[in-house]
Amino acid sequence: MILVRDIEKKYGDVVALKKTSFEIQKGEIFGLIGPDGAGKTTLIRILTTLILPDSGSSEVMGYDVVNDFKKLRSKIGYMPGKFSLYMDLTVEENLELFASIFGTTVEENYELIRDIYEQIEPFKKRRAGNLSGGMKQKLALSCAMIHRPEVIFLDEPTTGVDAVSRKEFWQMLKKLKAHGITILVSTPYMDEAGMCDRVALIQNGSIFTIAPPDQIVSDFGRHLYSIRASKRGDLIHDLRNYQFTHSVFIFGDSIHYTEKRKTTDIKALHQYLENKKYTEVEIEQIEPSIEDCFMELMK
Amino acid sequence: MLYGINEITGMTETYSIESKELTKKFGTFTAVDNITFQVNRGEIFGFLGANGAGKSTAIRMFCGLLTPSGGKARVAGFDVFTEREKIKQNIGYMSQRFSLYEDLTPIENIKFYGGIYGLSKQQIKKRTESLIDQLGLQKVRNTLVGSLPLGWKQKLAFSVALVHDPGIVFLDEPTGGVDPVTRREFWEMIYEAAKTGTTVFVTTHYMDEAEYCDRISIMVDGRIEALGTPAELKTQFDAITMEDVFLKLARPEH
Repeated sequence: MILVRDIEKKYGDVVALKKTSFEIQKGEIFGLIGPDGAGKTTLIRILTTLILPDSGSSEVMGYDVVNDFKKLRSKIGYMPGKFSLYMDLTVEENLELFASIFGTTVEENYELIRDIYEQIEPFKKRRAGNLSGGMKQKLALSCAMIHRPEVIFLDEPTTGVDAVSRKEFWQMLKKLKAHGITILVSTPYMDEAGMCDRVALIQNGSIFTIAPPDQIVSDFGRHLYSIRASKRGDLIHDLRNYQFTHSVFIFGDSIHYTEKRKTTDIKALHQYLENKKYTEVEIEQIEPSIEDCFMELMK
Repeated sequence: MLYGINEITGMTETYSIESKELTKKFGTFTAVDNITFQVNRGEIFGFLGANGAGKSTAIRMFCGLLTPSGGKARVAGFDVFTEREKIKQNIGYMSQRFSLYEDLTPIENIKFYGGIYGLSKQQIKKRTESLIDQLGLQKVRNTLVGSLPLGWKQKLAFSVALVHDPGIVFLDEPTGGVDPVTRREFWEMIYEAAKTGTTVFVTTHYMDEAEYCDRISIMVDGRIEALGTPAELKTQFDAITMEDVFLKLARPEH
């Protein structure tokens, strides 16, 4: 459905996207995961025909993103980071406008967006500018879907949105996937990787890895331990100074730790911390999260 | 640090924020509804809530940018109704949209903000050197801020917010969009600031960051529905993670 071959993009001296190649299958939810400035938006803009790559080629639904851009634009859905809504039009007017631009009507494709639109319908006479962040996000998604595209590109749809609204948004994406729609979505939130079929982890213009999330986790390659003890603040420093330490990161209410050695000697680690006068030391082996994997790949 | 004398007790303030039934209405809509809580000096206080819960409105009142409709509150020892200018001079503020000048260097940015906060030339000089040193910004001290990576900008924005040594600093989603390693480095800076006695009032959408706070409040529909240490809240709401606590509060039907 989406084909990327050796795409590269520079802005002056800054390399926004290093040579990148991958494919996305029909009906996949493909996550582009990385921090600000990683190159996510550049890649999405190339695939949505808004900017030209410096080299390489790409096809979406069989159309070349450079030569067939006109045809392609009417076929794809796109939700940019700053939602492309008309703030001085009402909810209803925005939806109608997007439908008419794409030569269709709201009625014709209502089935597809029903689940999403029903949540904002009580506010259909309200101007888009007066909606909350979560509601704007739902309206922007409805507008991006109103012409029944087979592929949609969502650029950071959940940025700045609270944890609850983010969860609801991903449930909506799952429903769109059930309609056979291919979804490319970017996000800076690592915990959203689990909702994708495959993810690309990206930073500084290069993709570390592309794989299903559970495979990324199984490729972590080290035993990961969660450590808790009294005096958490100093625990980080003391663990960093331990001779066998490979990585130490604070993670919620515990610290995630890996060793340089193949097999971690838990007893020795316990002893080390007890010698440092820590009490209530708990060391537990855990499954890495995508965030653990991302930080390991950054090393 | 400057703290006022409480007019009732005659004692030096022990709280960085003391809010009593603070309320803000916009027309018929109550954005902040009777919020009462205190933030201790040197505490890292997490201020959480869903979009639209009233967090921004509350923060704007605490920063002296918005007059409350009712209730009482003191920030850094000053009254949010009558001493708003004093509040502005005695707090630090940093948001995700860093207020740095991109065409100035880190040194120039620090000097500029030092000047705005009325520091003397000598103070500015001393403060600049110690901040640059503390933050490990020596290598980029003369590079234009616009060409620095996001992580550096974030560290600099934080130091600029602390340039006048405020008693309390407000951080509004300071880590949004930052990579996971830099995000953690930033929290270590927050710990360092808190260790030296600066109160940190922080909002975030990352639930793991909620765990890094000494205490957390969670706002729902303008009210503070939960307040306590992360461990207390997890026990109270019978939850394993702070995310579960948040979900239970913000969408009780789930």
